[in-house]
Amino acid sequence: MSSRDLILARVRRAIADVPRDDTPYDQAFERGYLREHGDRSVEQTVDLLAENLADYRARVHRCDADGLAETIARLLAERGSTSVVTPTGLDPEWLAAADVTRVPDRLDSTPAELDRVDSVVTACAVAIAETGTIVLDGGPDQGRRRITLVPDHHICVVRVPGQVVSSVPQGLERLDPARPLTWISGPSATSDIELDRVEGVHGPRTLEVVLVSGE
Amino acid sequence: MSGGTFVGMPSFPKAAHEAVNNKTLRGNLRHATHTIRAKRANAVAEVSDWAELREAGKQIKDHTLRHLDRYLVQLEESVTAAGGTVHWAADADEANRIVTYLVKATGESEVVKVKSMATQEIGLNEALEAEGINAYETDLAELIVQLGKDRPSHILVPAIHRNRGEIRDIFAREMSEWGRPAPEGLTDTPAELAEAARVHLREKFLRAKVGVSGANFMVAETGTLVVVESEGNGRMCLTLPETLISVVGIEKIVPAWQDLEVFLQTLPRSSTAERMNPYTSTWTGTTDEDGPQTFHLVLIDNGRTDTLADEVGRQALRCIRCSACLNVCPVYERAGGHAYGSVYPGPIGAILSPQLRGTQSEIDASLPYASSLCGACYDVCPVAIDIPEVLVHLRERVVEGGVVTRDGAKVVLKPAKGHAAERAAMRAARWAFGHPGALRTGQRFASRTRRFHPRTLPGPGKAWSETRALPTVPAEPFRDWWQRTHGGKDASK
Ligand code: SF4
Repeated sequence: MSSRDLILARVRRAIADVPRDDTPYDQAFERGYLREHGDRSVEQTVDLLAENLADYRARVHRCDADGLAETIARLLAERGSTSVVTPTGLDPEWLAAADVTRVPDRLDSTPAELDRVDSVVTACAVAIAETGTIVLDGGPDQGRRRITLVPDHHICVVRVPGQVVSSVPQGLERLDPARPLTWISGPSATSDIELDRVEGVHGPRTLEVVLVSGE
Repeated sequence: MSGGTFVGMPSFPKAAHEAVNNKTLRGNLRHATHTIRAKRANAVAEVSDWAELREAGKQIKDHTLRHLDRYLVQLEESVTAAGGTVHWAADADEANRIVTYLVKATGESEVVKVKSMATQEIGLNEALEAEGINAYETDLAELIVQLGKDRPSHILVPAIHRNRGEIRDIFAREMSEWGRPAPEGLTDTPAELAEAARVHLREKFLRAKVGVSGANFMVAETGTLVVVESEGNGRMCLTLPETLISVVGIEKIVPAWQDLEVFLQTLPRSSTAERMNPYTSTWTGTTDEDGPQTFHLVLIDNGRTDTLADEVGRQALRCIRCSACLNVCPVYERAGGHAYGSVYPGPIGAILSPQLRGTQSEIDASLPYASSLCGACYDVCPVAIDIPEVLVHLRERVVEGGVVTRDGAKVVLKPAKGHAAERAAMRAARWAFGHPGALRTGQRFASRTRRFHPRTLPGPGKAWSETRALPTVPAEPFRDWWQRTHGGKDASK
């Protein structure tokens, strides 16, 4: 017998004592929990997102669509970044005001090459206010997962309020499980040494989130 | 490099006795567990529907276990449809053989690893090492444990027993053996230590061709795997290698994508006491041009179906490994994770390990006694596992014998009377109830679990309790006592 059949047979024997119950999954239990916590206006939800992002040490910036290119240019200059990796589908306008070398997200670029790039600029798929989370789904304006992982500085643009939801349940609803997803809540962090929080170790140590309105 | 082994561990009371005498260990543990405990309470208080989330989590997991065969088959179909390959392993040896074979097939002799309880449970690193393959742990704490040739002592913060000075010494001494050395003049500030680890590990990430991971959840409906982490080492291992091998226990399934909405709320708050952990990655098979192009899922049984066969004990399979129960456990706080002789320490370890491995060995027979039955673990468990109930059940099993399932077959265990197990359990009972300090706390803790207290202890405890009055169980609820005494500080001497 294959191990597959062996394990499945063991499972069936193990639960033989349980009375048969063919209640379908969607009626098998109650989801008595909330779809979102609290009652907020759209603006308040965006404010909560900003607050929770900042609480987990992301740097939050706000601007309108007209000011986005300036904001991104300023953030890159303040950081001293000279090179930026960009997803293929990123709106070229976003970097129009920045004086940097663009490194397009290429299939054949090596992790070592990415390691030499100063910053990465991407959009996102959805942002969750209650937890201060942004989610990337690898869409054309977000690029392959590795480009937001290896460089030490990530600037992520969130369109508000369109891309903002209140809660984890609302966020999941909007996401496609077939895509590889990365949920980011604050920069990489560790508390492994005497529970002292240290930013790092491996992902970008600086996360800047730009909340852009009026797009 | 070897992570040390749990085989041949002394029984719990013996190991615990040594741990209690280790001042550094106790200090580190106390600081850590108390810190996380307080933070967790705040994180939980932030969500008004915690009770409902907990109940839903419990029911989803129970429903899944009840139809586990169906969901396993569905998962296999959806992972395969998404471009992955599914392997089944009945026990640790088979899982290790499969992973070794898969790594060798890539022609590589090193792998980078995401922290994974399942691979620790099966001793994968050692098995790979025996075949000439180096497995590098990339989680900071696991790195500390691995470089220190040590064993993890906590589910969430495996190096909790080490302080910064010890970590500095380990890095300075060992890093050069395995790759990039620690920088000259490394101090013991956490930021510098983390930077040293970043540089040391980055070298490995950037060249790695094979990654090995576990998973926190697998979604049957979509074939999606989920890894929840903080540092980004998980993302590195899941994204940069060409081949990804995920080794996951069969109980980690949830039926549908929507179910993640429950666990992605309860797990981070219970675990690191955060609203959300810094990184969560989900992947479904392989994706063109993004991440590993070859994906293998190794589903392991290794005692899980035996656990499932136990009507009382099967609830342990709901566990999402958040570690909240460790941080509230007065016995864990004093004894430390190593005393449990298992990759699963603390209250969950005390019920899971003897079920996965059977209660034949001295350590496993003593584990159900490694508890004061205070019930704090049940209170915090985000999937409502009634750990005290299972502990009492397993104590009876150890001492009175009975029918259990081992390797899929029903066997009748003899009562442990007069055997080594009895003496082990006896000593453990005496330790839990009789250790200076633990006794005082144990007496008070016991109040809210009175329904679990037989008039005499079952089995070996029976002999003991027949000649001694059992500690009387006061009416003051555990939580009140905890508040009043600041978490047992007064009683810890
Ligand atoms: S038993 Fe419950 S509290 Fe303990 S680790 Fe598992 S899920 Fe968490």
